[in-house]
Amino acid sequence: MHPVKPELSDPTALAAALGDAGYLADIGLATAAYLGMKMHRPIFLEGDAGVGKTSLAQALADVTGTRLIRLQCYEGIDATQALYDWDFPRQVLHLRAAEAVGVTGTDAGRALEESLYDRRFLISRPILQALEEPGAVLLIDEIDRADDEFEAFLLEVLADNAVTIPEIGTIRAESPPLVVLTSNRTREVHDALKRRCLYHWVAHPEFEREVEILRRRLPEASEQLITEVATAVRRMREADLLKPPGVAESIDWTHALHLLGARTLDRERAAATLGAVLKYQEDSVRIRDTVLAELAG
Amino acid sequence: MAAQLGSLSLVERDDPGASIIEVMVGFARTLRHAGVPASQERLQAMIAALAHLDVTLAADAYWAGRVTLCSDPEDLERYDMAFALYFGAQRATEGRRIPPPSVARAAPFEPAGGDPHDERTSEQPKFAAQASRHELLRHKDVSALNPAERAQLKRLFALLAPRVSARRSHRYRSASRGRVDLAQSVRRLLRAGGEPSQLARRRRRTKPRRLVLLMDVSGSMTPYAEALLRFAHAATRAAPARTESFTLGTRLTRVTRELRLRDPDRALAAAARAVPDWSGGTRLGDTLKAFSDRWGQRGLARGAVVVLCSDGWERGDPTELGEQVRRLARLAHAVVWVNPHKGKDGFAPATGGMVAALPHIDSLVAGHSFAALEELVQVIADA
Repeated sequence: MHPVKPELSDPTALAAALGDAGYLADIGLATAAYLGMKMHRPIFLEGDAGVGKTSLAQALADVTGTRLIRLQCYEGIDATQALYDWDFPRQVLHLRAAEAVGVTGTDAGRALEESLYDRRFLISRPILQALEEPGAVLLIDEIDRADDEFEAFLLEVLADNAVTIPEIGTIRAESPPLVVLTSNRTREVHDALKRRCLYHWVAHPEFEREVEILRRRLPEASEQLITEVATAVRRMREADLLKPPGVAESIDWTHALHLLGARTLDRERAAATLGAVLKYQEDSVRIRDTVLAELAG
Repeated sequence: MAAQLGSLSLVERDDPGASIIEVMVGFARTLRHAGVPASQERLQAMIAALAHLDVTLAADAYWAGRVTLCSDPEDLERYDMAFALYFGAQRATEGRRIPPPSVARAAPFEPAGGDPHDERTSEQPKFAAQASRHELLRHKDVSALNPAERAQLKRLFALLAPRVSARRSHRYRSASRGRVDLAQSVRRLLRAGGEPSQLARRRRRTKPRRLVLLMDVSGSMTPYAEALLRFAHAATRAAPARTESFTLGTRLTRVTRELRLRDPDRALAAAARAVPDWSGGTRLGDTLKAFSDRWGQRGLARGAVVVLCSDGWERGDPTELGEQVRRLARLAHAVVWVNPHKGKDGFAPATGGMVAALPHIDSLVAGHSFAALEELVQVIADA
């Protein structure tokens, strides 16, 4: 069982606990996470970049008092990077050391061979780590970047919560990890994987929630600056940009403005720090002419 | 929206457990009619989820259903609608089903089988005559075909198998030459009892690029739409996982899934049903933008060979189209423009959209006849 604390008896309580851990989740996200814990199903999060998919996993680990184990996916990722690998240099050293003391006889030879595949020569990669650590939170980040062969492999592990290593045997999780998968939708993830998961689309936060997030993340920034940044960012999201800013960007922007000593959002400083919030030249030009032009100089 | 609903009256009946399941089964059926693939397995997940929540709260029921029954952002709007209809007005309209989205539009293609002329023309076939007729047919503009010829050409499409060039991937394969594969070499060494043996080597694998087909289905392209969709079907059959097809009109429609059906006629009919804007106007710039925003920039077009089939008639602003093609060219490995009018005598890329896009595309091909589509296969392979 997951160490769901007694006070986490419903989604609202989990939302409050996540809030204490510095993550403001809306009720939908909290319900998805709560059900993920209770039903032992992976949570599949989709949404624009920078809306807080990855930080949810960290916050969940904080709330449950366990470790976050992260597996960043990329093209070409395979089992040796996700699951386990053998520590080859140490195996060779072990062999050489045995030779140096002079191991003879067939029985001793066989024992030596077996000892080469001892547990201490096994390097646990994130998925195996998560299976071995009771109640861990396993974040499988940007699954859409991995090849589809990897999805099939992942499906197998998630279905059984167990891994079979030919030389050692099957390693089964005592208590299955809470798995959070994220995707930026660069390609469609296979239905078989999605079916096993609880699906949640993470949207940009509403205005009040964004202000609250900024307040918590940057308590030193002025209240007026935060409100004005949230207003400007909301307008940017409505402006049909190539890359609408996420919460991560509005935090960065507020931080940058605060470091420059801004107490309010003025045109000059906003223009100077625009790179923190917009990542395309075309977007910057458009916003400079519209949203920024209306700011007080 | 769930918050506005307050509490549900699901548990007022005598046997609360049974009634909840009944209600949810009904809801799942409504959802399926609305186009959300809420399978039996997902429905069971929803009922399991509800066991952990408070079923009398609309918000809990709403979210339990949403995280288990939906699996795509496009499902969410339909889910909201179905939820409001099913639970909002459940008492008043019990038993009423939401009609499925209207799909009564007929496929704009000729029915399979075809014309009685077909019989007559193929009577007593002389081999040479037939071969030359085939040759003529291959070069004839598809917009000028009669139904018999069209039916004949259909069979030829099965011969097309567009293949896309490959790129180096990040995966390795063992090879006799190349870089030393450390892990494999050590494995060999251990197997040999610690004696250094032959070094293992590895090389990068290659992976075929993705093929993205964007087909204009506006009014001016209608005569060519069937041929292009058949081409897309042939491409999908050749590499189902690496081919993506979209239609462009007044809006963008993804038809990849429909074209995966094995039978070409059924696939085309399914695609035709999925596209809401046959033979309408074109807002090519806007729909291309929608493609890049929603699919292309996220990764679908990255490193891919993008084939854009259109005559370049743009009702909107041609500069916007030029800008969007430029953006697409920056994302993609190659952009191929297929313009059926290129096959006509005296063609010059004079439509506003064409002129704006021309500097950014890698090649311009005709695609007006079967022979021209064969040429397109070659262009794609060489891209």
